[in-house]
Amino acid sequence: MTNEIPLSTPRRLALSQAHLRNSALFIVSVLAVFLVQPATPIRQLDFWLPFATLGITLIVWAGAGGEWPLKRGTLADAAVIAGIVLMIAALRYIDPLSAIITRSRPPDILTVSLALGVVAALALASLHSIGPKPARTVILVVLLIALLVILKWEPLTRNLSAGLRALQSQSVASASAFDIRWLGFSYIAFRLIGSLRDRAAGKLPAMTLREFITFVVFFPALISGPIDRADRFVKDLRAPFAFNLADATEGARRIAIGAFKKFVLADSLALIALNEVNARQVFPGGWAWLLLYAFTLRIFFDFAGYTDIALGVARFFGIKLPENFRNPYLKPNLTQFWNSWHISLTQWIRAYYFNPLTRALRQRNVSMVAIIFVSQITTMLVIGLWHGITPNFVIWGLWHGVGLFVHNRWSDFVKSRLAIPPERANLQRAMNIAGIVITFNFVALGWVWFALPTTTLALTVFQKLFGIG
Amino acid sequence: MIRDRRTVIGMLLRVAGLFVALNAAFALVNPVPALGNLSLYNVVFPGRLRLPYGDDPARAYNLSLFDLNAMFASHAVAWAKPADEYRVLLIGDSSTWGWFLDNEDTLAGRLNAKQMRAPDGRKLRVYNLGYPIMSLMKDALMLDHAMQYQPDMIVWPVTLESFPSAKQLSHPIVQNNAPAIRSLIARYSLRADPNDPTFVDPTLLQRTIAGQRRALADWFRLQVFGALWGATGVDQYIPEEYEPAQRDLEADEHFHAMKPPALNEGDLAFDVLDAGLAIAGDVPVLVVNEPILISAGQNSDVRYNFFYPRWAYDQYRRMLTDHMAQSGRPFLDVWDVVPEREFTNSAVHVTPKGSAMLADSIALEIQRMFQ
Repeated sequence: MTNEIPLSTPRRLALSQAHLRNSALFIVSVLAVFLVQPATPIRQLDFWLPFATLGITLIVWAGAGGEWPLKRGTLADAAVIAGIVLMIAALRYIDPLSAIITRSRPPDILTVSLALGVVAALALASLHSIGPKPARTVILVVLLIALLVILKWEPLTRNLSAGLRALQSQSVASASAFDIRWLGFSYIAFRLIGSLRDRAAGKLPAMTLREFITFVVFFPALISGPIDRADRFVKDLRAPFAFNLADATEGARRIAIGAFKKFVLADSLALIALNEVNARQVFPGGWAWLLLYAFTLRIFFDFAGYTDIALGVARFFGIKLPENFRNPYLKPNLTQFWNSWHISLTQWIRAYYFNPLTRALRQRNVSMVAIIFVSQITTMLVIGLWHGITPNFVIWGLWHGVGLFVHNRWSDFVKSRLAIPPERANLQRAMNIAGIVITFNFVALGWVWFALPTTTLALTVFQKLFGIG
Repeated sequence: MIRDRRTVIGMLLRVAGLFVALNAAFALVNPVPALGNLSLYNVVFPGRLRLPYGDDPARAYNLSLFDLNAMFASHAVAWAKPADEYRVLLIGDSSTWGWFLDNEDTLAGRLNAKQMRAPDGRKLRVYNLGYPIMSLMKDALMLDHAMQYQPDMIVWPVTLESFPSAKQLSHPIVQNNAPAIRSLIARYSLRADPNDPTFVDPTLLQRTIAGQRRALADWFRLQVFGALWGATGVDQYIPEEYEPAQRDLEADEHFHAMKPPALNEGDLAFDVLDAGLAIAGDVPVLVVNEPILISAGQNSDVRYNFFYPRWAYDQYRRMLTDHMAQSGRPFLDVWDVVPEREFTNSAVHVTPKGSAMLADSIALEIQRMFQ
C-alpha cells in the first residue's frame, strides 16, 4: 500500500512523452557523434574518435559515481550504445551502406567488439577502483586535461598522429596535427570535467547512464556548445514533456535567426574576413581595418548563429539550453563583454577555475589587487589555451586578461572620482557610446592574434592597421 | 493539441502562399538585369581594372558570372568619362585579360603606363575589357555592350583560335546571353543559328527567385569581393609555378575539323569580325593579330604551337590581312613580336616582358593612327 498521489491523465501522457523523447534524444545523440565526425587521413579514425568519445563518457559516468549494482535500465542503455556501435561496424559488410554513418568504412566487427570489451572493463574498474572517490575524480580530470593538451598542442598532436599512422601502417612522414580533428571534443571534455568537479563538490545529481550520455553528447550542442551544466540539463530531461506550439514556434524562430546569422551573414563575411592569406596582401590603413572588422563580425555571427540553431533545435524537444551570447559587441566595457560572449564557457571557467583560485588566494592573504591581477590574467590565459596551445592564443588570452585588469582598476578609480550625476544623462549616454566603441575596437584588435597563425604575421597586420613602417 | 496542429497547418499554408506569390512576382518582373546595374564598385569600392572572371574565388577574390550588366558595372569603365580622357577600349581573349599577369602588366596596364596623349591633348586611358574566352562572338557581345561607355578608339587583338565558326556559340557566357546574341545575329545577318539548342532561355520557373538563385548569389558575391579587390588589388590567383606551354608538339596537321591543304574562309567567322567593326560605327578600331608562341621544339616544322598547324595559321594570316585591307580599317599583325621564351602556360599567354613588347608595337600603331 503506497500513499502516492495518482497522476492525472495529461501529466501521465506528458511523462510518457518525456520518456519517449528522452529515448529518442539518447539514440540520436549517440548516432550523431559518429555522423558529425569529419573524415580524417588516418584510416578508420573517423570511427575511433566518436567511439572514444562514448567510451570516455561512459568511464567518466562510472567514475563520477555511476551506480552499483547496475540497474536493469542502465544495462539496457549500455546495450543500446553497444548495439549502435556494433550496427555501425556491421555496415562495413554491406557495401553500399558502409560509409553511410561514418565517413569511411568502419573497422571489422571483431576489433570493435574487443574495444567495447575494453571500455566495459575500464568503466567497471572506474566504478570499483581502489582508493577514495576524490582521487578517482582527480585522476580522471587530469587525464581529460592531458588529452585536451595533446589535442591542442600542435607538436603533441602531430606525434599522436604519427603513432596512430604507425598503428595503421600508414606513412608516418605525412603525420600532421590536422589529421586529428576530434569534432566537439573541447566541449565534451569541459562537460565531463565539470560533471566530475560537481560530483566531487556534491552538486551533481545522480544521473542514469542514459541521462549522462545524452547530456554530454546532446546532438544540437555537440559541435559548438553551449557548455550546459548537468544539474540544469537533467531538470529539463526529467520534466514532463508535451509538444507545444509555443516551444516549436520559438525553436523555429531561433533556427531561422541562427541560419540567417550563420549562412547569410557569417558565410558572406567569411569571404572578406582577415585570414592568413589576405593578411599578407592587404594594403595598409582603412582596408586592413575593413578585413579586421569583417573577421570581428564574422566570428560573432558564425558562433552565435550555430548557438541559435542549437538552442532552437533543443527547444523543439523541450530542452532550454543556456544562452551563449547577449549582444557582446554592444557592451560598454570589457567585463560586460566577457559576461555576454561565449557565456557558457566563461561561466564554466568562472565556476571551476576563477572562483576556486580567488578563494585560494584570499586564504593566503594576498592583496586584493594582486588577486584580481593573477586571477584575471590566468583565467583569460586558460580561455586562450582552450582554443589552442599556440603563442598567438596565449597573447590573445593575455590581451584580454590585461584588458580586464585595466578596466577593473579604471572603474575602481572612476567610481570614486568621476561619478556622473543622474541629471547628466546625455553625458552618461556619450560615455556609454564611447565605451562601446573602445571595447569593440579593443576586442577587434585582439582578434588579430586569434585569426592569424603566427606572431610575426599578427605584428605585420598591426603595422598595417596603424600605418607603421 | 488539435488547435495547435490547425495553427501550424495554417501558418505553413500562409508561408507557402507568400513564397509562391513572391516567386511569381519575381519571375514576372525579372529584376535580375536591373539588379546587375546596381553596384558597390566605383562608389564604395574601386572599379575593377578587368572584367570579373575566376574559377578559384577563394584565392582570386573573383568569380565568373554571366550577367553583363553586373560585370560591366563592376568595371572602372562604368565610371563617368572625364572630359580630358581619350577612352580606348581593349577587347579580346585571355591574353588581353592578362592571364597570370598583374593588372599593371596586362596590355592595358602597359599601354596606360606610356601616358600617351591624343592629338587634341586628351590623355589616353586604356580599359581592359578582355575576357578569357576565345570566340569572336563573345568579343562582339562585349563590344556591343561596351559601346555605351563612349569609346574614342577600340583595340581588338584576335587570334585564329577565336575564328572557327563552329565554336562561336560554345561558351557559357554566350549561351547565357541568348537575347543579346540573337540581336547581333539579326542586326548583322550572322551565319550563327539563332535557335541554337545550347542557348539558355529560362522558363517561367527558372526566372523565379529559386530559379535565379545562382545569378543572385553571383551578383551578391561579386559585390562582397569588391572589398577584397579594394583591400588587396588582387583579382587573379597567380601560382608560383605552372606548367609551361607545350614546346614539343604532335605531328598533327588538323586545326579543329579542318585539314590541309586549304583553309576554307567559310569555316571562319569573318562575318562576326565584320559585325564587330560595324558595331564600332565611326569609332576607330585597330584589329591586332596577337602574338603566338613559335615553337622550336619537336615537330615545330608541322605546327607553330599547341593550337596551330603551320599551314592553317599561315593561310589565316593571309586571309585576315586581305580581309582587313578590304575593310579599310587599321590592322596590325604582330604574330611574331614576342619571342618564345616570353610565353607562360599557353601559346597566347605572355609574360610581363612579352606584354610590354606587344604594348610597344600597339602604342606605335596608335601614334601612327593619330597622325
